[in-house]
Amino acid sequence: MGAQLRVYRRRIRSVQATKKITKAMELIASSRIVKAQQRLEASTPYLIQLVQAISAAATHAADVSKHPLTAKAENQVRAAVLVVTADRGLAGAYSSNAIKESEALSRNLAEKGMKVVPYVVGRKGVGFFRFRDRVMGGEYTGFTDQPTYADAQRIGGDLLNAFLTPTTEGGVDEIHLVYTHFLNMASQETRVRRILPLEVVDEKVDLTEGGMPFPLYEFEPSPEAVLDGLLPQYINQMVWLGLLMSAASEHAARRRAMKSATDNAEELIRSLTRQANQARQAEITQEISEIVGGADALSA
Amino acid sequence: MGQLNVAVVSAERALWRGTAKSVVAKTPEGEIGILSGHEPVLALLVESPMRIELEDGTKMFVAVHGGFFSVDSDNVNVIAGTAELAESIDVERAKAAMERAKAASEDDVEAASALKRAETRISVAGVAKGVSSH
Repeated sequence: MGAQLRVYRRRIRSVQATKKITKAMELIASSRIVKAQQRLEASTPYLIQLVQAISAAATHAADVSKHPLTAKAENQVRAAVLVVTADRGLAGAYSSNAIKESEALSRNLAEKGMKVVPYVVGRKGVGFFRFRDRVMGGEYTGFTDQPTYADAQRIGGDLLNAFLTPTTEGGVDEIHLVYTHFLNMASQETRVRRILPLEVVDEKVDLTEGGMPFPLYEFEPSPEAVLDGLLPQYINQMVWLGLLMSAASEHAARRRAMKSATDNAEELIRSLTRQANQARQAEITQEISEIVGGADALSA
Repeated sequence: MGQLNVAVVSAERALWRGTAKSVVAKTPEGEIGILSGHEPVLALLVESPMRIELEDGTKMFVAVHGGFFSVDSDNVNVIAGTAELAESIDVERAKAAMERAKAASEDDVEAASALKRAETRISVAGVAKGVSSH
């Protein structure tokens, strides 16, 4: 066998091996998207109830604008930015998009005179900040593809501590979340959301369209205390939602990246096979002409 | 007497939904019992076992680790960050966690709350033995 042909065959084998791996990763990612979506759906009743309860308590609390949930500090010094990235690569631009968005947000906040404290989820994001020697408020890795509620609680606890610490002692005035919103299998987009302080909106309930005013709840122990009690749950829930959304998006991004890698491998194999066939044919032709040439020389 | 529509929801998923005669929960102010026709209440929950009496008279226990619940025209929504039904509790694990928490120093806040969680779990799993599962 000629050297050319051998080289082609070797390359085909190597591309085939790579294709098997990317194909497997694609399948794993697709099955995990479904799981992540189910978890996302399962967590929605809680969120709806929580938001309703917060609205109800806020409506009845004596002075909402002074509550830490909604109060805006006069002089905002520091802001926490929680950015959710992936632990592993091979997911296209998923992590770098989230990082880019958080950098844009940081610049925005810096222009307003705030210092930004990044809280980073995922090895890729942590790597980004470490490489640039930037100080992080917290780093969390090892669970981005299948986050648990305990992870969200841990992150939420840290954020709450930072939020409740007075600014003069290194606390933060605002908490922002950068995550990847899962629209559907095909499209996800990076989004920024301010977790705290909350925006207070005066809303008129439209009774004609089936809207219901809040029942006159009896608060136990008091509207303010209920609101206080809901604060950590609210933060945890927002973090949890961000983690779940991002996990689903990560799998979708990885599936897409691996699908195009598989397609690309197929394309490569096709063209390499063609080249190998050509080389083989050339070899045969050459051998025949050598034999014919040899026979001619003998009979001459 | 009317019945209550009860939904127990944790952050991760909806745990249980059904009708019940009464619900007894623990708030920072003390225990509160809910029967049909109760006035609207929005209350915080403390770490405790919650008791739900079903219509056939059996009692169901749920370990609630913080959270709140709302009552509004016979709809009871229990919303907890984490909550567990009795049958899903791993007693051995809870016991091990309790030992660990006891061994930790007394002023360790985290160990204290871990101890409380473990106690709640064990009491829920303990009293629920023999109760039909739902």
